[in-house]
Amino acid sequence: MSATSESDIGQGSGDEQPTRRDFIHLMSGSVAAVGAAAVVIPLVHQMNPAANVLALATKEVDLSAIEVGQAIKVMWQGKPVFIRRRTEKEIEEAAAVSLGQLRDAKARNDNLSGSDDATDGNRVKASDGEARPEWLVVVGVCTHLGCIPLGTAQGEVRGDYDGWFCPCHGSHYDTSGRIRKGPAPENLAVPPYQFLSDAKIKIG
Amino acid sequence: MSHQSTYDPQTGIEKWLDKRLPVVRLAYDSFVDFPTPKNLNYWYTFGGILAICLVVQILTGVILAMHYTPHKDFAFDSVEHIMRDVNYGWLMRYVHANGASMFFIAVYIHMFRGLYYGSYKEPREMLWILGVVIFLLMMATAFMGYVLPWGQMSFWGATVITNLFSAIPLVGESIRTWLWGGFSVDNATLNRFFSLHYLLPFAIAGVVVLHIWALHVPGNNNPTGVEVKDVKKDTVPFHPYYTVKDGFAIAVFMLMFAAFVFFMPNALGHPDNYIEANPLSTPAHIVPEWYFLAFYAILRAVPDKLGGVVLMFGSILVLFVLPWLDTSKVRSMRYRPIAKLWFAVFVVVCLALGWLGGQPAEGVYVLWARIATAYYFAFFLIILPLLGVMETPRAMPKSISESITKAHATTTIGGAAAQPAE
Repeated sequence: MSATSESDIGQGSGDEQPTRRDFIHLMSGSVAAVGAAAVVIPLVHQMNPAANVLALATKEVDLSAIEVGQAIKVMWQGKPVFIRRRTEKEIEEAAAVSLGQLRDAKARNDNLSGSDDATDGNRVKASDGEARPEWLVVVGVCTHLGCIPLGTAQGEVRGDYDGWFCPCHGSHYDTSGRIRKGPAPENLAVPPYQFLSDAKIKIG
Repeated sequence: MSHQSTYDPQTGIEKWLDKRLPVVRLAYDSFVDFPTPKNLNYWYTFGGILAICLVVQILTGVILAMHYTPHKDFAFDSVEHIMRDVNYGWLMRYVHANGASMFFIAVYIHMFRGLYYGSYKEPREMLWILGVVIFLLMMATAFMGYVLPWGQMSFWGATVITNLFSAIPLVGESIRTWLWGGFSVDNATLNRFFSLHYLLPFAIAGVVVLHIWALHVPGNNNPTGVEVKDVKKDTVPFHPYYTVKDGFAIAVFMLMFAAFVFFMPNALGHPDNYIEANPLSTPAHIVPEWYFLAFYAILRAVPDKLGGVVLMFGSILVLFVLPWLDTSKVRSMRYRPIAKLWFAVFVVVCLALGWLGGQPAEGVYVLWARIATAYYFAFFLIILPLLGVMETPRAMPKSISESITKAHATTTIGGAAAQPAE
């Protein structure tokens, strides 16, 4: 250590050479920074969904019992998913809407790419890319602040556009699950799902 | 205010300790012989009341945690177990639940007092900022505590509030999933909220220590806003003058607290929270606890999700820069005739926002909430900065003691009590 103390005396006199002490400062500083980063990752990541939560990420649903005009609620990833077997009138209503009338013109369908338009045809496409207008599958969580919109069970308010109505802050969704009025910014999300047979789907 | 220590250890053990850890000296200088302006009124007792509130919450909270189960299948039942089976469990829970409301009543009065008397102004900016930090921590703690009984309002309140974070562009959704520990508010969420609800009060206690430290460097503000000129004439020792005054105020406050706990323990709560959480059914009308309603009204006043969230958080964050927004050199609004009027409107607006937050978000309520929100921000961002330049303040007393002798000459009430025995 005597060598460093000798060179310390020279510091501040003008011609400064990096000393062994500078080197130690730099090295211990870097080790501390890398160490801190390495500790932060597990500390933060432990709060993300655990393995058992992720394991429940898919759900199979039998559609055979749903009559035309009926809708059901199933749980997927802790959230309700609305599956509605739409009537001819509902399909026509949804198809008649032009993109210009929509608050959110994106399809919000996880089975498609992010840039697709929110036409009714795009909203009812499953993972195979085929549209089945009779079946509308949406995540039943209002895109505003996460309430469950009304309109799935019989007798519930369906809002001004005959789809769903969120009682919390007054968002109205149409028969294609698209936001039409109220504070919600996006259409109801379409989850990834595939038809296993004509009357069975797998969500997730 | 910083002053020469007058602690004089008498016994041997006191002397021994004082040389090694002068903790008794610190307490003596802070709470016994601390020179305090002699004109503090009852609005200044809420600091002491708040300290008691924190102690009550921590005590009852630690006890409740001995009987509560933070699991989604058992949480609701364990609260009923506390209410019905645990000895005096009903008392502990009602004190804790109403204690949160009392805490907020006191903190709001404390903050309005600080606003009126300009207690945030130089040299007390840090004191004020630390106070806002405590307020934010209190809000987080109260919110997470309300989730723990796992009733319908707990669950849906948690859902709405955590969804606020999804409004953040790009990373919002990931942050929300991270907060939840899943894809919705679920067991993981409940469990971590319990952990943090237990932790944060101690963080609050820590910041309270800093808050008192920051108070004791410049010393108390006072209703005149005039700094202490002469310690002998303008101040009295904290003990016994303010220990008694604070003590009396605390007793009166406790009477009101007890009235709630024993006669209307559920008046401030929501009946829907006695229904167990159901992720498939949203209650028709979600409202937060009363102490968040004003902020909820601001959130709903904006027809845009991100905009609403920004304004809601902004309504608290603006308090951090208040010391620099208010340009007036005069601290106390006693001597600011115009500012006083705007302040009165501000108080009414805050109360109105609180009421509007409890109404459905439609029709005329939304319009009024927008007007009130606009005034809330205008008060800080336009009115206070401009008034400091435009307003002509009234003449201020030269010193605290002068303000008292003048008041004493006109009325014998109040002035006499503040006269120290010299």
